Amino acid sequence: MLEVSGLKVSYGQSEVIHGVDFTARRNETLAIMGRNGMGKTTVFKTLIGILKHNAGSIVLDGQELTGLPSHARVAAGLAYVPQGRMIFSHLTVMENIEAGLETAPGKKQIPDEIFSLFPVLHEMRHRKGGNLSGGQQQQLAIARALVSEPKVLLLDEPTEGIQPSIIKEIAQTLNEIQKMRDITIVVSEQILSFTLDIADRLMVIESGRMVHDVARDNCDADKITSYLSV
Amino acid sequence: MGDFTTQELMAILAMQGFAGLSLFSVLLLMALGLAIIYGQMRVINMAHGEFMVIGAYATYLFSTFITAQMPGMLDYYLILAIPFAFLAAFVVGWIVEFLLIRHLYHRPLDTLLATWGLALIMQQAFRSGFGAREVSVRLPDWLQGSYRPTMMIDIPINGLAIMVLTILVTAGVAWLLYKSRWGLRVRCTTTNREMAGAVGINTRNVDRLTFALGCGIAGIAGAAFTTISSTGPTSGSLYIVDTFLVVVFGGAGSLLGTVASAFTIAQGQSILDFFIGGSMGKVITLLIVVAILMIRPEGLFASKVRR
Repeated sequence: MLEVSGLKVSYGQSEVIHGVDFTARRNETLAIMGRNGMGKTTVFKTLIGILKHNAGSIVLDGQELTGLPSHARVAAGLAYVPQGRMIFSHLTVMENIEAGLETAPGKKQIPDEIFSLFPVLHEMRHRKGGNLSGGQQQQLAIARALVSEPKVLLLDEPTEGIQPSIIKEIAQTLNEIQKMRDITIVVSEQILSFTLDIADRLMVIESGRMVHDVARDNCDADKITSYLSV
Repeated sequence: MGDFTTQELMAILAMQGFAGLSLFSVLLLMALGLAIIYGQMRVINMAHGEFMVIGAYATYLFSTFITAQMPGMLDYYLILAIPFAFLAAFVVGWIVEFLLIRHLYHRPLDTLLATWGLALIMQQAFRSGFGAREVSVRLPDWLQGSYRPTMMIDIPINGLAIMVLTILVTAGVAWLLYKSRWGLRVRCTTTNREMAGAVGINTRNVDRLTFALGCGIAGIAGAAFTTISSTGPTSGSLYIVDTFLVVVFGGAGSLLGTVASAFTIAQGQSILDFFIGGSMGKVITLLIVVAILMIRPEGLFASKVRR
């Protein structure tokens, strides 16, 4: 579904992603793990088109995405939940979700299933996004991405700065989404327990290179932990 | 102020207050356009006054055309001239964004210089096209004269008409910003441009439409301006400084702030103008604005939320 090959990204003159390859298959949840500063966020920002790439290709369902601006990538079926949520803090919860409807043609209404996935958002729908708690903002960011009916959902560190009980809730929601829809999820993470709850396959990124690729069922938790330890 | 009786003083206050309201109307119309452009793409449009003048000349052309071709329509032409002025400034704004502004995003100082240069070019174009002499439009009879609630108070009808227009335009902009899809796109982009793109909003298109719309509103201000004053090539530059003051004082990106600040500045200037003279009035308004901005750097109304 999403095929990334030979992706290279630089900040100025220093290359930070040195040719990353991975494929996320249809309906698969792929987790990209790694410590801070290893390039997870850079890869995600490049996938959605916020950062420019130097080389390589990103193919979504047969369509080449490199060279397209962010909004065209969203229209092609990619959705992005950034690290730190980045919800529109001055807009109400409703308006935040409605913003995600931009590329869903013919749709003006937020589908009911969004509010059944995230009942708390319905409760808070007239509040400003900026006045929500971190966990609620994370749910809002996921809802905003989901309404565009993406083929591939990118989640960049969804558990960062969120209390443990909500992390469990988010894992459940993601599994529910995976059951309800035909969707591929690519998630970057540092918390192994959360990742094992949701992922079908785990990859590890280190210093801008993929160094480990394993299905969840035969993954060695200790080995991955050693990659993640500081 | 000892020479005035209380009654005279009240009448002066009422009339100056009303003159202030007319100034408020033009300033607000100007500031609305400037504020949405600055809010959306952080471009300070130094040529905004010239877009007002485009609206004014468009109204003038329209009125000349009507006078020559359809004198019978003279009573109602202004109603059509306003959308015409809007359209003229909107189209020029669209073209300017396409040719000039979009290449200079993320370079605030360069846009400042470029739009200032554009303002000079436009002024010269007006001078070459319409002559250096000021022109004025023929006002329909129903706009002339004044309303006199008491013997001493004299309120011009055209001032009232501009106020009504301003209220309508402000309500229209508020509706567009807070209820329309375009408004949602603008508010998303203003909060976080990268993220707006990442949820599927074509921010480039939003920029272009916003710039053109801001210029169009300046065009409406120009149409309104022709009913209270005559138009020359440099009329726009007289208003631009005050308009900036309004936008900064109100807090960029806040509609309510823009309205409140236009009101305060216009009233302050108009009333001080009578009692201590124009330039001293300006100095005092400026000092007060600077003092308030030192205490509240984000302007009068900045909304408080967790970012």
